[in-house]
Amino acid sequence: MEIRLTLNGRQLRAEIEPALLLIDFLRAQGCLSVKRGCETANCGLCTVLMDGVPVLSCSVLAARASGHSVQTLEGLQEEAEEFVGFIADQGAEQCGFCNPGYVMNTIALLRENPNPTDDEIRAYLAGNLCRCSGYEGQLRGIRAFLNARGTKEVNPHA
Amino acid sequence: MLTFRQYLRPQTLDEAYALCQKRANLVLGGMLWLKMQNRTVDTVIDLCDLGLDQVEDLGEEWRIGAMVSLRTLETHPGLAASTHGAMADCLCHIVGVQFRNLATVGGSIYGRFGFSDPLTLFLALEAVVELHHAGDVPLADFVNQPYERDILTHVRLPKHPGRVAYLAQRNTATDFPVLTCAVAVGESGARCAIGARPMKACLVKLDLPESITPETAAAAGDRVAEQVTFGSNLRAGADYRRAICRVLVRRALLGCKEEE
Amino acid sequence: MPETKTVGHALRKKDSMGLLLGKPAFLCDVTPADCLVVKLLRSPHAHALIRSIDTSIAMKVPGMVAIYTYKDVPHNRFTNAGQTYPEPSPHDRLILDQRLRFVGDPVAILAGESEKAVNRAMKLIKVDYEVLTPVLDFHTAKDNPILVHPEEDWEALCPVGADNHRNLCAHEVCSQGDVEAELAGCDVVIDHTWHTKACQQAMMETFRTYTEMDPFGRLHVISSTQIVFHVRRILSIALGIPKSRIHVEKPRIGGGFGAKQTSVSEVYPAFVTLKTGRPARIVFTRQECQIAGSPRHEMEVRVRLGADRQGNIRAMDVYTLSNTGAYSEHGPTTVGLSGHKSIPLYTGGLKAFRFGYDVVYTNVQAAGAYRGYGATQGIFAVESAVNELADRLGIDPVALRERNMVRQGMIMPAYYNEPANACALDRCLTRCKEIFDWDHRFPVLDMGNGKVRAAGVAMAMQGSGISGVDVGSATVKLNDDGFYSLTIGAADMGTGCDTILAQMVAECMDCPLDNVIVFGADTDTSPYDSGSYASSTTYVTGKAVEKACTQLREQILTLAAEALGCPADELEFTGQEVRRCDGTASISLVDLATRSMCNNNTAVQATCTHSSPMSPPPFMVGMAWIELDKETGAVTLLDYKAVVDCGTPINPALARIQTEGGLCQGIGMALYEDVHYTDTGRILEDSLMQYKIPTRLDMGHLQVEFESSYEPTGPFGAKSIGEIVINTPAPAIAQAVYRASGVWVRTLPITPEKVLMGMQGKA
Repeated sequence: MEIRLTLNGRQLRAEIEPALLLIDFLRAQGCLSVKRGCETANCGLCTVLMDGVPVLSCSVLAARASGHSVQTLEGLQEEAEEFVGFIADQGAEQCGFCNPGYVMNTIALLRENPNPTDDEIRAYLAGNLCRCSGYEGQLRGIRAFLNARGTKEVNPHA
Repeated sequence: MLTFRQYLRPQTLDEAYALCQKRANLVLGGMLWLKMQNRTVDTVIDLCDLGLDQVEDLGEEWRIGAMVSLRTLETHPGLAASTHGAMADCLCHIVGVQFRNLATVGGSIYGRFGFSDPLTLFLALEAVVELHHAGDVPLADFVNQPYERDILTHVRLPKHPGRVAYLAQRNTATDFPVLTCAVAVGESGARCAIGARPMKACLVKLDLPESITPETAAAAGDRVAEQVTFGSNLRAGADYRRAICRVLVRRALLGCKEEE
Repeated sequence: MPETKTVGHALRKKDSMGLLLGKPAFLCDVTPADCLVVKLLRSPHAHALIRSIDTSIAMKVPGMVAIYTYKDVPHNRFTNAGQTYPEPSPHDRLILDQRLRFVGDPVAILAGESEKAVNRAMKLIKVDYEVLTPVLDFHTAKDNPILVHPEEDWEALCPVGADNHRNLCAHEVCSQGDVEAELAGCDVVIDHTWHTKACQQAMMETFRTYTEMDPFGRLHVISSTQIVFHVRRILSIALGIPKSRIHVEKPRIGGGFGAKQTSVSEVYPAFVTLKTGRPARIVFTRQECQIAGSPRHEMEVRVRLGADRQGNIRAMDVYTLSNTGAYSEHGPTTVGLSGHKSIPLYTGGLKAFRFGYDVVYTNVQAAGAYRGYGATQGIFAVESAVNELADRLGIDPVALRERNMVRQGMIMPAYYNEPANACALDRCLTRCKEIFDWDHRFPVLDMGNGKVRAAGVAMAMQGSGISGVDVGSATVKLNDDGFYSLTIGAADMGTGCDTILAQMVAECMDCPLDNVIVFGADTDTSPYDSGSYASSTTYVTGKAVEKACTQLREQILTLAAEALGCPADELEFTGQEVRRCDGTASISLVDLATRSMCNNNTAVQATCTHSSPMSPPPFMVGMAWIELDKETGAVTLLDYKAVVDCGTPINPALARIQTEGGLCQGIGMALYEDVHYTDTGRILEDSLMQYKIPTRLDMGHLQVEFESSYEPTGPFGAKSIGEIVINTPAPAIAQAVYRASGVWVRTLPITPEKVLMGMQGKA
């Protein structure tokens, strides 16, 4: 069957098998940031934005994405670069395999709630598993970003 | 592995209904459970073009479309007010935000899964399901009906169900529940739903005296625990479930009282 | 320690931004997708013989290229354990065997043009199984008439006490002093058994391997592995081809934690490529990872701990029963740590100890290496026993430890008589007590709503590499523009060892970290390294880096001496230039590097190798604060504080993350991660939906500090950190739960059900 969607801002037409999952479609399109960590919708590694909403691309049919806009980390490099350096400062990226999903969901969180509390961050990212970092460093990184941004907003000349 | 022959987005409910009459066809919900199955489907029917993604205010009721996501319910201010926050309490522990953005009300309620948090809450809220063919069916009946080839289009919830509290016990924060408990205390009496027993949720009418006290709440908890059947699975045994059922019912009732 | 510019600083990991921005770096990102898809048909039975197997119909599926069965593979027994040869793990595997030894054991290897074809074909393979009675209870495995490995060509290469005719993978007893006499003379003896499960590493990237024939007829293997050189040897033995025909490399690895210290996935596509000549790739599903991976050894550890009334620990008798499952991987070695890295914590006044073990074969998933490697299991038992002793004696468990623990300068008889050259365990305990506010938190706090708060403590140790065995090597090379390349055979699996070792180069060569690039690991080009496991990379390979840099500095001086026409001993190297000590001449590093590439006979490339006769233990203390819901048994971890002595933390940020990550895994093991088998031996926790690793809502708040010692044999005083960090949560949390509930849960995980039913006397 044919689908038409917008992928990272680019109009796309593709011929697909009806049962194709969005994750496999995206990887075939070269969006290799999208990772698979489980088969049971538990890990969050495959998170992408569909019409701006974070979803598990392992659980969306590529067919259902037809007519919608899909964004992967490949398409959101600049938005990600604003804050991921703070996570790097903590060393919390570790193996990196869960990073794209986690970064995508953090983008969604910060769009929805630009100044989240620590508890709000934990709750929003609860569906993003990480086996390396113990999570605290990821939280410190986001917090450091928010603090730095907060300072910048108060004093634009700082 | 899943195999589909074709994927269709019907443009009318009648069309969708006609398609779903074939045993080899399947209505798509959030895909979350379906994709783990190893099956071959002829036609998957996606209801996404039928405008079922709205939460409507009908005055005395909320009418929730089958394609509304659990995340939409969780963050809906009107539903939060109606349920005294129990709607979010019931949904916020389900896996993660991305999961709840996909999981649909229709999939959750039609599926009548044993582990379902919303099924538990909706039972206590005396929800009514709208089926395209069979019409309105109280959820309390629907929950025990066989899986008919009908299309669940909406779920209606009363806007003023009384005082509501939702509690669940989980082994980890976002795991399937070990036990779920929803209590609603309204003008028509008090109701309690117990789910994840691990069998599907059941509704128990509570015979409560005028006021909820620690003693009456505890007695009600004991009665529910004795009345309800429990089973065992990986997450806990029947005895444990019975033991915490008393506690959750009592706490939920006292939670309702605190809101007075 | 002298002032350092790079070592000891919290610098970003060199690969951090690329990883965070999702750049393609992992196996499935860097290998072509249009290769053969390899999948395994796995046994549905825990123990069976293949009577007959028919692949003819399956081969008719369009797109199928090959299906191999036990009849097609070489008959060379080998082990998948990534260990130095000769491996202590007996050689007990074939690529495919007629005998199937656990639910998930491979029956056939399928290779096809697409996943769809392979999946279809898998359903069409007809297997007639002769189903045999399995050995599922590891208590009855030893000397059971049913043998897991009856085959005659089973072979133990090392004297580890293995005997396949007794289902024994290893056996040993060692002791010092008369432990029975000492125990008999003790006022108090604690005697219990602690049970830990076959927990999964659950690294986010499952096992995966890509193979192809290179243009010159060699087998090129790209794998997500911690052990490129061991993989080369294992494949050579299994496939029966010379090592010179195999080239193994790793891309970025999506986590390992020891799982990828076993060659779990490599042999299958390698066999397909060898047979078909075509590129092939296998990617384990999460389910395969859970049921046919390489998890922690399930152990039951019985501890008899004797002390006098004042709390002087006099004797310890530890017996471990370890379940290696269907195959031997790491069975004979993990078990040793259950005693040798728990008993020495109490070297203080210990008069006698005995440590014995049996490692048994059973018909369940084979175990392997997982962070902590047996120490985790032993420390849960010994630390719990010490906590029970404290309770019995009415002594504060911190005070009890202060009285008995190992201290710097002591010889540790239960740790192969190694000295504790660098040991800040006492300072760790003092500091942890302080930041945790132990004196206020240890008394149980009733919250007045059916909830109580309570605390627990545990100590831990580990090693730094395998003494007298592990080999680390490094090549450091000067390049044009004056930058350095460091080539290693150790594998960065996310831990940051590439960066840590580069920091050492930068420190030694007096340059910024950005002037060092790191390459690893590749068997064709890397200097030999046993691999990244056993907490060895910083300590062992780090020392090799240090040595190589020393040599390279000398080479640079030699080259400069030629350039400046003076003896090398009149020159000094500043990092940017070499100059005469009297200041009369100098040459910049850039010019030297350029010069080294024209008409030059002096190497500016040094390779050094290091092995250590000892394995200095890092030490740590962890303290847990929990809240127990007494009516439901639910345990909420509120706060976990840990203080670690890893010698010098080369990169404090990465050491901290290692600690937090290890704590989180330890918390998972303590509270959530369970393994159940059906009565036919199938694992029920076969997905991340059923096997619950902690989310960020399940681990409370962590706080980590360091109390550094200086290990004289380590690079810049460093010891190790990778493994020790998983060891304290289980005993500390178990104690806190006991304090709150009155129930000692001695079988992990500590579920609400166990706590509540224990409280109600129904356990």
